[in-house]
Amino acid sequence: MRTLLLALAASTALIGTAGAATVYPLDRATILAGSPFDFKVEFDGSVKAEDVKIAINGADYKAALGGEVEFIASEKGKDDVDLGSAVLLRGAKIDKAGAYTLEVSAGDQKKSVTWDVYATPETPKAKNVIFLLGDGLSVAHRTAARLMSKGMTEGKANGRLAMDDLDHMAFIGTSSTHSIATDSANTMSAYMTGHKSRVNALGVYADRTPATMDDPKVETIAEALRRTTKKSIGVVTTSEIEDATPAAVVSHTRKRDEKAAIVGMFYDVKPEVVLGGGSAYFLAKDVPGSKRKDDKDYIKLFQEAGYTLATDKDELQKAAGSDKILGLFHTGNMDTQLDRAFLKKGTVGKFPNQPGLVEMTQVALDQLSKNEDGFFLMVEAASIDKMSHPMDWERAIVDTIEFDKAIAVARKFQESHPDTLIVVTGDHTHGVSVIGTIDDDKPGTEMREKVGTYDDAGFPNYEDKDADGYPDNVDVSRRLAIFANNYPDHYETFRPKLDNPFQPAVKSESGAYVANEAYKDVPGAVFVQGNLPKSADTAVHAVDDVVLQAAGPGAEGFKGYMEQSDVYKVLADTLAIGAKQ
Amino acid sequence: MWPDGSQPARLPLFSDPVGFAMANALSRRAFLAGVATLPLMRPADAGDSLTFEQLYDKITVLGLSFSDKVKALAGKTVSIRGFMAPPLKAEAKFFVLTEIPMSICPFCDSDSDWPSNIVVVYIDDKTTFLPPSKLIEVTGTLEVGSWTDPETGFVSQLRLVHSSFETV
Repeated sequence: MRTLLLALAASTALIGTAGAATVYPLDRATILAGSPFDFKVEFDGSVKAEDVKIAINGADYKAALGGEVEFIASEKGKDDVDLGSAVLLRGAKIDKAGAYTLEVSAGDQKKSVTWDVYATPETPKAKNVIFLLGDGLSVAHRTAARLMSKGMTEGKANGRLAMDDLDHMAFIGTSSTHSIATDSANTMSAYMTGHKSRVNALGVYADRTPATMDDPKVETIAEALRRTTKKSIGVVTTSEIEDATPAAVVSHTRKRDEKAAIVGMFYDVKPEVVLGGGSAYFLAKDVPGSKRKDDKDYIKLFQEAGYTLATDKDELQKAAGSDKILGLFHTGNMDTQLDRAFLKKGTVGKFPNQPGLVEMTQVALDQLSKNEDGFFLMVEAASIDKMSHPMDWERAIVDTIEFDKAIAVARKFQESHPDTLIVVTGDHTHGVSVIGTIDDDKPGTEMREKVGTYDDAGFPNYEDKDADGYPDNVDVSRRLAIFANNYPDHYETFRPKLDNPFQPAVKSESGAYVANEAYKDVPGAVFVQGNLPKSADTAVHAVDDVVLQAAGPGAEGFKGYMEQSDVYKVLADTLAIGAKQ
Repeated sequence: MWPDGSQPARLPLFSDPVGFAMANALSRRAFLAGVATLPLMRPADAGDSLTFEQLYDKITVLGLSFSDKVKALAGKTVSIRGFMAPPLKAEAKFFVLTEIPMSICPFCDSDSDWPSNIVVVYIDDKTTFLPPSKLIEVTGTLEVGSWTDPETGFVSQLRLVHSSFETV
């Protein structure tokens, strides 16, 4: 393997004009003027310190970067393998906007990269930003949510989602620095830092060393807001608060599963409102239920820092109005809205009084809007993704409807606070489509023959008699046919999973994922042979573009095709965080 | 031989002969106790079996609290039924016992995580593993309280040590 890698590196050197050195930030990086970042060069093999030459725009780099690099003679890999020499400067900073071409050489190794350092206007366009993210939100989720929530007559929707009326939009390219495919860590990190990164990485470029806390950092939006503004910060999610998406607002780590460390990073930044699940990583290790490996009691530390703690829906209402709120409503991920509000399955028996995304968003807005300097609020509907992986479409779509209701809360706030930019987007997509209906009343016993396509699909017969926006029952006789285009071996049941979230595949003795036999005897179930490697436990993320929508001052910055990292520049422009306020 | 001189009604079912040999190497006491808890042989009021529902009397955001039954059985030989989670390695000396089968592998995926009510099972020698869809009964000495595995850093609250297991 190593030989192959070396061979690849050698062939790259032959193709490229420059040598094998790698520079972080990468070529074509966009960097907010004045924001701190770590500058690193990794050389291929050993070089001598005195041979290393670094120039920026033809002049000595030290003045441009505001510091001098440290020389590392030999970086160590796994099992102490020598990875080569490197130079590193933590907390570099470029104050003046412009194109910066950096030329590095050491012996016969050469590398040239160009960074685009951008400034922002002196005056903000908006005081507040509400960034609403549906994890994994794809076009099919939106379409299905509209059909399920509003219905359709004669080809026209009977109503509009809140997200349907956002007037600016862009297609977002979500790919990561090492792959066209992507995950929730590097994608949200691109939104929240303006830099693309590698799968699993948050707030850092992924360097070659195995350590997960030493990678070259870039500034997060929370840190930028603390550095240049007096705005409040809120982070709201239905997942663990230290899960990748919410973590990206504040974190720096190569591996998103450093969850105990991520709690510490939240504590360092201290967003005024922190609402979600994941209390297990706040508890000292001697408390049953804790997932920490140390004795730190972050519940106590946050309380000592002035936070009011809320552990259920009632306590959240009581905490509303406090200066700072830490709301933790589950030891792990919170349950889906379908389980919380309707089926009472999942872990709702253990945590029966969890608030929903709509209530959490409202409490956050009430609290954050007290700050005269404004705020940045990130709201994540996490289970759209968490239920799309196991292809539990009813749970994913009902959570999309809940997400839309949180968007409606934000839009209502915007009516009375027009100096607010609202962004609605996904971090990545799933390979999912709505292709018609499944009609139990079609003839025969084979469920496959009950899939209605083209003219035979008709319209689904969900009802919403109580007008709460949610279907009264997801298991109707003519329901949406939603299918993934990628999957492990599984049984397709053609029905909603009313007992507990779908677990399509389980690991076998050989380590391969095989169809979960628990669904074999569901009437009409058919075996579906997987088209993913047998190591895949569920369906995977798609590489397809995300649709981003926005409304309010600054929204005109979103248009056409944009790299995910370019979204940060629009946020920075809108809040003028390149200028000290 | 068993206390009453009979042969065991069921032998532990291991996935390979090596595993079976290891089972025979387990402490005689743990092994005997395991057999004693088999449904057909167990007296109606046997006090040495636990279910996942009986582990904690309170599950809250601020932590779980052990049930009185768990506290009373600390240090004693106990049987628990559950599912073997996908292991850290193909062969290891411990595995995680879960209440419901784990379709995901928190050891392998950085975006999946353990349920809060797991029991960690230590066996005296390495074994290979069963699929997580098979219900097993584990018998071992119950240890209660936070403990960090020195080899892997894995922190657990409840453990069965010197354990044996069989499919149900």
